[in-house]
Amino acid sequence: MTMHPLTRVLLGLACILVGLWLVAPTLVVVPMSFNENKSLAFPPQGFSWQWYQNFVTNPEWSTSFFNSLKVAVVVAILATVLGTLAAFGLDRMRARPAGLLRMLLLTPMVVPGVVLAIGIYAVYLDARLVGTMTGFVLAHTILALPFVLIAVQASLEVFDKRLETAAASLGAGRIATFRTVTLPLIAPGILSGLLFAFVTSFDEIIVSLFITSPYMKTLPVQIFTSITRDADPTVAAVGTILLCATTILIGGGLLLLGRDRRSSL
Amino acid sequence: MSASDAPSERAASPRRSWGPLALALPALVLLVAVIGYPLATIVIRSFTEPQAGLQNYSWFFSTPVNLVVLQRTFTISAWVTLVCVFCAYPFAYAMTAVGPKLRMLLTLCVLIPFWVSGVVRTLSWVILLQDSGVINSMLRSVGLDGVRLIRTQTGVIIGMAQVLLPFMVLPLYSVMKGIDLRLVQAARSLGAGPIRAFFTVYLPLSLPGVYAGAIIVFILALGFYITPALLGGPRSTMLSTLVQNQVLSLLQWGRGGAMGVVLLVATFLLLALAGPLMRQRHKQGTR
Repeated sequence: MTMHPLTRVLLGLACILVGLWLVAPTLVVVPMSFNENKSLAFPPQGFSWQWYQNFVTNPEWSTSFFNSLKVAVVVAILATVLGTLAAFGLDRMRARPAGLLRMLLLTPMVVPGVVLAIGIYAVYLDARLVGTMTGFVLAHTILALPFVLIAVQASLEVFDKRLETAAASLGAGRIATFRTVTLPLIAPGILSGLLFAFVTSFDEIIVSLFITSPYMKTLPVQIFTSITRDADPTVAAVGTILLCATTILIGGGLLLLGRDRRSSL
Repeated sequence: MSASDAPSERAASPRRSWGPLALALPALVLLVAVIGYPLATIVIRSFTEPQAGLQNYSWFFSTPVNLVVLQRTFTISAWVTLVCVFCAYPFAYAMTAVGPKLRMLLTLCVLIPFWVSGVVRTLSWVILLQDSGVINSMLRSVGLDGVRLIRTQTGVIIGMAQVLLPFMVLPLYSVMKGIDLRLVQAARSLGAGPIRAFFTVYLPLSLPGVYAGAIIVFILALGFYITPALLGGPRSTMLSTLVQNQVLSLLQWGRGGAMGVVLLVATFLLLALAGPLMRQRHKQGTR
């Protein structure tokens, strides 16, 4: 459709501004991470790698990083298994109960974080789970589960069930059918669920802030306390590292996706 | 699709009806243990601590500070939603109008913030908005001195809107993508000017996307904790911070619980109100 040139210019301008607003602010952590002074004041002074060194050598930072990594890996696996099973279950149920259970399983997405956090904190205090690996894994798994459910359900929706019938009619057992037909076809959904679950756990902050202890901190908790305590540019260094890691992950994913599409053509 | 599947499956094997439930059972057990039980604990405590009764709720609704914060939480959420609608609308429209390469770029702009850690994004807003921050040093160079952004409501709104903008753009885009532009052309050919064609044809067709996005953004904004805690000050406290304060600092589980229940009820009321709007969208989609 033809657009008035003035509309075109205004629309382009709005787009550039909104795009910048979305992406640019986050980039500010990059120059701050090379600051020579122990301050987050802009503009940064000089150049130094000391905050990156601090991240690697200071046990407060490195331990919290590895805690986050451990929790996120376990959560990604657990949430993916539970979420995929649930997605299959809901797929084979009648529409009404399936819709109800789906709504229930998605509630963790809409319950205000702090309300959930004080509830979990109350229960964990009684169950002695505050500041434990198990506590973090349980809480993060239920928060990550909705993302797995959505991703796997989406790929099950476009999955043609007649293929299962075809495999069965050709003599494949239920397990063989699942392994050779169903699983490969819905693998992209499971994989994106896995990735989402990992990121959800690695990023989770509100519940973590409540169930943390001096002995068990995750990276977001460490970042949060550091921001509220003092102006330590190590947070900027950590932010830059996370930014690079995500960019590489997404970039790699897009490249893989592009190659897949080309090879299938 | 599922409606037509269901009867045949039921007729074929009635005994299979427990199998699917067994598959979903582990997730449901975890849900009850880690979400259901804790929420029930909070609701019960709000009615029973320190004594049984409604005193926590009467305290909440009779203390001026609480009411101010409650009202502020809704005001800030409404502003954030409004900012998101106005920024996302042209952006989502452009996503439908440009070629595939540019669309990829615009989509990336929306998705990258999704992937970057929320705490890191709030950290960058702290760096930008602080008194010695980027925006203030720019304002100072054009002669505007001493503008306070951090620890103000404006700062909180700017930061929250940026964090929530993707949740507005994506549903808007998915609705706009499905709008038949020939309808707009038809309106034009029947003599409507571009502005009239937009307001009478395109805008009404895109409203379901606006509603869906606005409700998601508003609900998420109501429960925001990290951004107001780091960017806000005493005059921009939101309900979540009060809840945290009651429980962690004052150990008032009953009062904190009552506040939490208020927040929870507000969220689910909004979701229930949103239900009919969403259903309407569904009907329009199938028509």
